[in-house]
Amino acid sequence: MAASLTGEKVRRTVLSVFFALLSLLWIFPIVLVILNSFKINTFVKTNTFSIPAGEMWAGFSNFVKGMTFGNYPYLKSVGYSFLITIVSTAVILLCTSMSAWYISRIDSLVCRIVYYLCVFSMVVPFQMVMFTLSKTADTLKFNTPFTIPVVYLGFGAGLAIFMFSGFMKTIPLEMEEAAVIDGCGPIRTYFQVVLPVLKPTLISVAILEIMWVWNDYLLPYLVLDRTKYMTIPIHIQYLKGSYGVVDLGATMAMVLMGIIPVIIFYLCCQKYIIKGVAAGAVKG
Amino acid sequence: MTATKKKVRSQGGGLRSSLIKKPIKHWFPLFMGPTIIAFAIGFVWPFIQGIYLSFCKFRITSDATFIGVGNYIKAFKDASFMHAFWYTALYAVVSVLIINVLAFAIALALTQKIKGSNLFRTVFFMPNLIGGIVLGHIWSMIFDGILAKYNTSILLETKYGFWGLVILMCWQQIGYMMIIYIAGIQAIPDDIIEAAEIDGANRWQTLVNITIPNVMSSITICTFLTLSNGFKLFDQNLALNGGQPFIFKADGSVVKTTEMLALNIYSTFYGSNTAARGTAQAKAVIFFVLVAVIGLLQLKFTREKEVQQ
Repeated sequence: MAASLTGEKVRRTVLSVFFALLSLLWIFPIVLVILNSFKINTFVKTNTFSIPAGEMWAGFSNFVKGMTFGNYPYLKSVGYSFLITIVSTAVILLCTSMSAWYISRIDSLVCRIVYYLCVFSMVVPFQMVMFTLSKTADTLKFNTPFTIPVVYLGFGAGLAIFMFSGFMKTIPLEMEEAAVIDGCGPIRTYFQVVLPVLKPTLISVAILEIMWVWNDYLLPYLVLDRTKYMTIPIHIQYLKGSYGVVDLGATMAMVLMGIIPVIIFYLCCQKYIIKGVAAGAVKG
Repeated sequence: MTATKKKVRSQGGGLRSSLIKKPIKHWFPLFMGPTIIAFAIGFVWPFIQGIYLSFCKFRITSDATFIGVGNYIKAFKDASFMHAFWYTALYAVVSVLIINVLAFAIALALTQKIKGSNLFRTVFFMPNLIGGIVLGHIWSMIFDGILAKYNTSILLETKYGFWGLVILMCWQQIGYMMIIYIAGIQAIPDDIIEAAEIDGANRWQTLVNITIPNVMSSITICTFLTLSNGFKLFDQNLALNGGQPFIFKADGSVVKTTEMLALNIYSTFYGSNTAARGTAQAKAVIFFVLVAVIGLLQLKFTREKEVQQ
């Protein structure tokens, strides 16, 4: 008995050590990004895995170069990324949760059609609509960071409505009835009774939408007027591809600046992120 | 007494719920209006127009003329598209197998109360938050850093591009699938496992006869998720090597050897030959059908599993 217990202990320790090493390997690519963002460009390719010391040390010159490269300042892209992500997520949360409540409380033909179209839209890949969507958005002037949230609401409504509707079914009607009897109109009932109960699902959907919009490349690339507006993924792709000049050092510096907000966000809301992402696993 | 009370209450609930419905109904424009309008602009109209344009010859959406199924025939005859299809299918099968086996193994180990398992979970999940374009550039730097020592590059060999993409996607997706598997494993009731232990089952027997049958629903979800992610892959493909290396054929056509379906559709749409846009839209419809079939199969299998439980 004692022998098997020590055996178990040894086994667990070995596993712990193994996973500790594997974890180090897992964060190694991020470490490489940090190392190479401080390395002079010509050494990035030849000495990718060495520490930027001595003649390889570039200081912050890669950051300066990346931020001022071309005729588009990087910080502008960062700003637009934040703006589009925050506004789109807020718009999606508000509009789709209201619609999902209406759909789950009113059983009409229109509601049913909207609901099934939403479920259907979840299996449609973006390439199917990308050409026509970008033309439509262009014609209707949804090609700026201030109006693109409408496009995100439209293309992202499916998953959000699906997730909210699933949760609405579990809310007991009695609470809303009590509110109505106490004299609340539908708007107050929604904002003061339904919305607070909805909080866990709101957080999950928010996480999914934030991760989608922040990292999205093709939709904003095709929809936005690129001469005026870029987001971080568009800017990084542009840095690497434009003029046939590949400056890896500057690209890595901008990659690092692009993932720092993501890592801070992850460390702050890790619990919610993992839960939200697991809840969104229904989407194929 | 309590039974009658309950009955009265539920009846009352039914009567009163019409009390909520009536006032809400008048607020249709506020509750449904914005979503319906945006949904029509962002999905319904582009989708319908997309289906129609796949039967048309066009350069811009307003100069379309109906030509029937010609675009589809061209799409199936397009060597680069067929190559992209088989390449994508091969990639999807390989990545589904590797990602799921590794994610399941890690999940199994991390549910055994080992020290630091929460920290390991956090680390393994982290790459999932980084966007595809950024991931592609990080890994192209790493692979080129390694391959430069052998005087070659990820852009020069198809096999480097293929395995490079598999490694990249493992790094991104193992953590995600691991989370789903961990949830599945933790949902297995302890008494089943204890009963197996008392009956003298060894580790391997417990895994094969208890754990795996009980997490079949997680396995189904993860298999379909990795499968459809594999088919829809775009950003990583574009940023890692953009379909290189290219083969230039005698008839002037180009086959991009590591180009996947989504990227092939994109480059047909926005390539220099704007006359090929009809073909591109037909390819997009074929792609949609393919992805939708995977999605519907997923729905069917997960529903069946739910019924069984």
